Amino acid sequence: MKILVFVKQVPDTDDVRLDPRTGNLMRDGVQSIINPFDANGVEAALQLKAQCGGQVVAISMGPPQADDVLKKALAMGCDESVLISDRALGGADTLATGYPLAKAAEKIGDYDLIICGRHATDAETAQTGPIIAAFLGIPQVTLVDKLSVEDGFAICRRLLPDRYETVKVKLPALVTVCSEINTPRYPTPINIMKALKKPRAVWNAADLGCEPDMIGIPGSPSSNKKIFEPPKRMTETIFFQGDAEAVARAIADALEAEKII
Amino acid sequence: MAKEDYKGIWVFAEQENGVLSETTFELLAKSADLKEKLGGKDEITAVVLGDDAAAFASTLYSYGAEKVIAAEHANLGQYSARPYAEVLTALSEKYKPSIFLFPASPLGRDLAPRVMCQLRTGLTADAIDLDVDEDGVFVQTTPNFGGNILSHICIMEKRPQMVTVHPKVFSPISPIEGAAGELILEKPEVEADDCYILLETEKRVFEGKPIADCSVLVSGGRGIKSQADLDMLRELAALLGGELASSRPLVDNGWLPHEKQIGQSGTTTKPDFILNVAVSGSVQYLAGMQNAKCIMSINHVASAPIWDVSHYGAVMDYSKLIPALIAEIKARKGL
Ligand SMILES: Cc1cc2nc3c(=O)[nH]c(=O)nc-3n(C[C@H](O)[C@H](O)[C@H](O)COP(=O)(O)OP(=O)(O)OC[C@H]3O[C@@H](n4cnc5c(N)ncnc54)[C@H](O)[C@@H]3O)c2cc1C
Ligand SMILES: Cc1cc2nc3c(=O)[nH]c(=O)nc-3n(C[C@H](O)[C@H](O)[C@H](O)COP(=O)(O)OP(=O)(O)OC[C@H]3O[C@@H](n4cnc5c(N)ncnc54)[C@H](O)[C@@H]3O)c2cc1C
Repeated sequence: MKILVFVKQVPDTDDVRLDPRTGNLMRDGVQSIINPFDANGVEAALQLKAQCGGQVVAISMGPPQADDVLKKALAMGCDESVLISDRALGGADTLATGYPLAKAAEKIGDYDLIICGRHATDAETAQTGPIIAAFLGIPQVTLVDKLSVEDGFAICRRLLPDRYETVKVKLPALVTVCSEINTPRYPTPINIMKALKKPRAVWNAADLGCEPDMIGIPGSPSSNKKIFEPPKRMTETIFFQGDAEAVARAIADALEAEKII
Repeated sequence: MAKEDYKGIWVFAEQENGVLSETTFELLAKSADLKEKLGGKDEITAVVLGDDAAAFASTLYSYGAEKVIAAEHANLGQYSARPYAEVLTALSEKYKPSIFLFPASPLGRDLAPRVMCQLRTGLTADAIDLDVDEDGVFVQTTPNFGGNILSHICIMEKRPQMVTVHPKVFSPISPIEGAAGELILEKPEVEADDCYILLETEKRVFEGKPIADCSVLVSGGRGIKSQADLDMLRELAALLGGELASSRPLVDNGWLPHEKQIGQSGTTTKPDFILNVAVSGSVQYLAGMQNAKCIMSINHVASAPIWDVSHYGAVMDYSKLIPALIAEIKARKGL
């Protein structure tokens, strides 16, 4: 079985600033981590490999430092990594992100299963997985919290707000995984050592055979027109003063007045 | 094809097991507003897929659809991304809508990106507002990182301009009995998707009432120091006849399940009363609770954005106040 796992590098905080001029992310000075759901994706792939045998390839697109998340994926136990890095790919919307990622999957070839996170914690569009599947013309199962493989099919349980759905999907297919699916393993010192010797490719847009008008800013139909501060709702606030007991009494009075108690 | 040749506003009418989703009606209501801002010429069309899709037409008219495109086939009875995306792509190529709105539900977010990809257009994710700006451009508002900036995303050249829209940000109109419209019945060829087979569904059972349905909520934020403190908030919620909820960090660190999260990527709530404890009030959080009738907050920082929406509050450390409040309410209730 050949499993491709897409891993994205994300800032380790919610408090990321945007460049007010370009509307792009300012990544300087912010620690980066592997998108937490993608660590679940790597773990899911490694568990399937342990059961069915095969090979796990981790793929990330981003600036050269995105290589850090690939090192992490290899140290967890992935067999190979591919870094897609090219200035021409920058500023992409989800269409222009999904396209080169799909191209990379095609170039690697013979995949049985592709795993993405349910979303990336920075922009959280959750669009990249379905877009990769659409480019490749394969079925997708989103929001998976249980996953197994048998006879050329994946059995996936989807975690929906009100219900679980169990779906049988023919391979090759793409799944997006939730954090509930597993607990990602930690890299061990031995695996960190081994990771140094694993095959690691770096591809640019030309290596992938990308059409120039399908990538980066030219290939992105959507754009950020402006960023602005939300209009403030200036609600009159009644502030309770005093020590904890006095404030507690005032709150209880207010709760009675509002007919909550 | 020039972008001017694309006309009209489409709403994907999401139905599962014969029931249209609430967000479909919210989007139809918002479409009327967009139509007006765009000059009144764009028709509002609901697009519905199913084995008996035309049956939804009268309901869709009553909520504001001027036209209904019903695509019917036995193989559309059960949702599956690929056949649904094929049909919507073909319809969109045939009728050329300018704007195509989807609910940002699990189904909408599964389906819309595939359609967008096949149409090679743009898709804005999970918008919390839709508008036409001073340049006459259709803009979608989405929150940005850090939670205190919004951005206007737009799709300048490609058509249709696709958007998934956050549930509950718009209100549906009250249905108009007997409203009429034009029905276009489509009978596309749809092959059964033998690659995607739904084996079973199982209802999820939850502890407590869903926070979307609660009239009273006590919500804890990142400032809550321990799970023992969170248990205090749980006790307080129970005393008030409500449920415990939280902002995202307490879900991210595993203290509460995702269904207790308020906000953009959690649940949109509209309780009669909410008490926010050690929550700063990011845009994403506010999106999930700012329509509460009575908002009370406890935060030891006087400049936190949560005060912009609070009716009552105390600028102080919660750790002494909450036990005092529990004692006070117990005393008043004679417990
Ligand atoms: C605030 C903000 C809002 C945005 N809104 C939109 C919008 O509405 N529409 C739009 O088209 N674009 C939007 N973008 C641009 C969009 O974020 C980028 O196209 C981005 O590359 C997709 O990221 P995501 O976080 O949404 O990924 P998601 O689609 O949420 O990621 C899902 C999964 O896809 C895989 N994946 C995603 N990116 C990579 C990668 N670089 N390398 C490897 N695997 C990856 C991972 O497995 C990940 O778990 C927005 C950007 C910002 C900063
Ligand atoms: C795409 C995306 C989607 C998101 N979706 C959501 C969402 O759905 N819901 C959500 O909540 N967030 C969401 N976020 C995260 C959001 O941006 C904020 O980071 C988050 O809401 C902050 O949570 P908080 O207010 O609990 O924490 P903080 O912002 O860290 O605030 C903690 C507050 O506690 C106060 N405090 C600390 N100690 C005490 C004390 N002892 N007594 C009293 N007060 C104290 C502090 O003054 C501070 O104001 C999202 C982010 C992104 C990028």
